[in-house]
Amino acid sequence: MRRRDPQRQPVAGWLFLTPMLVILGLFLVAPIFMALWVSVSDWTGRGSPFSGDVNFVGLAHYDQLLATEGLARQDFMLSLRNTFYYVLGVVPVQTVLALLLAVIVNQKFLRGRTFFRTAFYFPSVVSSVAISLVFLFLFAGTGAVNRFLSAFGIQGPNWFNDSRGVLHIVGDWIGLWSTSAPPGWLADTRVLNLSLWQWFSGPSVAMSAIMLQVIWTTAGTFMLMFLAALQDLPAEVDEAAMVDGANKWQRFMNVTVPHLRPTILLVVTLGVIGTWQVFDQMYVMTQGGPSKTTLTPAYLSFEQAFTNLNFPRGAAIAFLLFLIIFVLTQLQRWILRDKDAIAQRRAERRQRRDRRRGGPNTPAGEAAIARTTVTEAQS
Amino acid sequence: MSDSIDTKAVGDKDTSAKKMVVYALLVIFALIYILPFIIQLVTAFKTNSDAVNNPLSFIPDPFTTAAWARLLETQFPLWFTNSVIVTLFVTVCRVLFCSMAGYALARLKFYGRDTVFVLLLAIMSVPGIVLLIPKFLVLNSLGMYNTYAALILPLVVDAAGVFIMKQFFEQIPPSIEEAARIDGAGPFRTFWSVVLPMARPALITITILSFQGSWNELGHFIIATNDSGLYTLTRGLASLTSGGLGSGRQYPITMMAGLLMTIPTALVFVLFQRYFTQGANVGAEKG
Repeated sequence: MRRRDPQRQPVAGWLFLTPMLVILGLFLVAPIFMALWVSVSDWTGRGSPFSGDVNFVGLAHYDQLLATEGLARQDFMLSLRNTFYYVLGVVPVQTVLALLLAVIVNQKFLRGRTFFRTAFYFPSVVSSVAISLVFLFLFAGTGAVNRFLSAFGIQGPNWFNDSRGVLHIVGDWIGLWSTSAPPGWLADTRVLNLSLWQWFSGPSVAMSAIMLQVIWTTAGTFMLMFLAALQDLPAEVDEAAMVDGANKWQRFMNVTVPHLRPTILLVVTLGVIGTWQVFDQMYVMTQGGPSKTTLTPAYLSFEQAFTNLNFPRGAAIAFLLFLIIFVLTQLQRWILRDKDAIAQRRAERRQRRDRRRGGPNTPAGEAAIARTTVTEAQS
Repeated sequence: MSDSIDTKAVGDKDTSAKKMVVYALLVIFALIYILPFIIQLVTAFKTNSDAVNNPLSFIPDPFTTAAWARLLETQFPLWFTNSVIVTLFVTVCRVLFCSMAGYALARLKFYGRDTVFVLLLAIMSVPGIVLLIPKFLVLNSLGMYNTYAALILPLVVDAAGVFIMKQFFEQIPPSIEEAARIDGAGPFRTFWSVVLPMARPALITITILSFQGSWNELGHFIIATNDSGLYTLTRGLASLTSGGLGSGRQYPITMMAGLLMTIPTALVFVLFQRYFTQGANVGAEKG
């Protein structure tokens, strides 16, 4: 009576998949194609984008964003500049901070490690809106941060209303240039709608406050990843290095960091993907201001579509952002291509060990699963 | 706690100087991480002028629950209810649908399974933020804009959740299902009565992930509705900064609102902390 392979069950298989296929198809796959059409059409937001009055305009909207002198390209370039500095600031700092926190919390002699780990991780699970509201208060002109700074005789800026570029300010301090009269060759040379002076502004003070907030929020998540990796560090290797006479710092740089390499690369990759998408903080705190210095592609796309009702341009920006993130992740994969095999072998060894230690129900085992999940999700 | 296993190298002495440095760093970081929440808590019970003039004082003077009373007069309770409704529906559906799909992809053999899995991986790599406008277009075309369905349906399946469940089911030994099959149970019965009960840890992980995801979601709720009666907490609170609720820069109100929104998260976090560990690593793409 039994079939040859009792697990071959096409009817049950497809039935089990149906909810997923319907929902993801309807709200993920179909929207992408629909938006792709809108981005090459002249739809004005009224009626159906598939009705007869809507025309195909080719790459006109992409052209306005990339190749035609005008406000559209200026805004888009500003958003790219802002996000570039944002990513450049947030990713390295949050990675180093996460590693530092993990190393501290991993000290064996420490009392209350669980408490501190919880405290550092907690902001990661709280809504970005709630945290943004708190930071609006902390970084207000007369807020807690400026009060704290004034105790040291420092007069803090009016954070979220300050559009001055950080590099401009630093250059002014060290006498490289004067912000009131920028050097002519910087101010007069224009590349892609912005002067070199604008390109080299660095993040604005307002953007820096958002950067501090995001670093503070996300470091805890990445700390957990580093913590899991640190707990996998084979003690024998560390001992061998110690026998060879290596001191603490040498052991950290030559044993621990190389062991953490796959985790560091993962954290940087996830960081880059996440930071390019920054949106919530701009929506809640600055709406792209002051002087468009916190404008990001994600927020600009939203603003074009829902405030200016220019859906085609908004969709075009979204696709360009997608392209940027895609290219960056591919670039990172290409840079890491040789080391994947090593990481793979290491992961297999770890999994074998975890299985011996009692399977995925141990926290270390769980972390191993989570890591492979993320790795595979990115590949 | 696995980190209580002592893996310290032999002869690796923790000198007291080193301990001092570590404790000093720890205290500094702990203050940086805990103070903002304490300031939030204290400010929620201050008057606005006290909040503005003494942002660093830890004793409200005078102590007042005016912010709480003011919030109750507004749509805030409605937003809270909406958040609860949406989170509840999304979580129940996600647990069911993700485990069904994960089980099929892990255990049932059928033509096209591998293709579906490859597509799933491709979908997971699409950054969520670029889907805002596309999702609005579809909701609008389907006539769902400004309905509860628009808030809930697009969130009820999560590709990462399917992926986690698939990985979990692959680790369960097949012998148990075979036993059920020999006893005459069909695939649905096997799934419901045999496989699901064994998947408890993974189900809790998905539950936590989807609670956290839908309670904190902002982008999707922005594009799914513009009716303040359908706002969830995130959307409603975001409108506070632009003077919604007539709050303007009424800091005690925004702090109180944020506090009330954080309490459920904190409760779930404390109760299920170890499941967050796994969830964090998967959901790490968010900014």
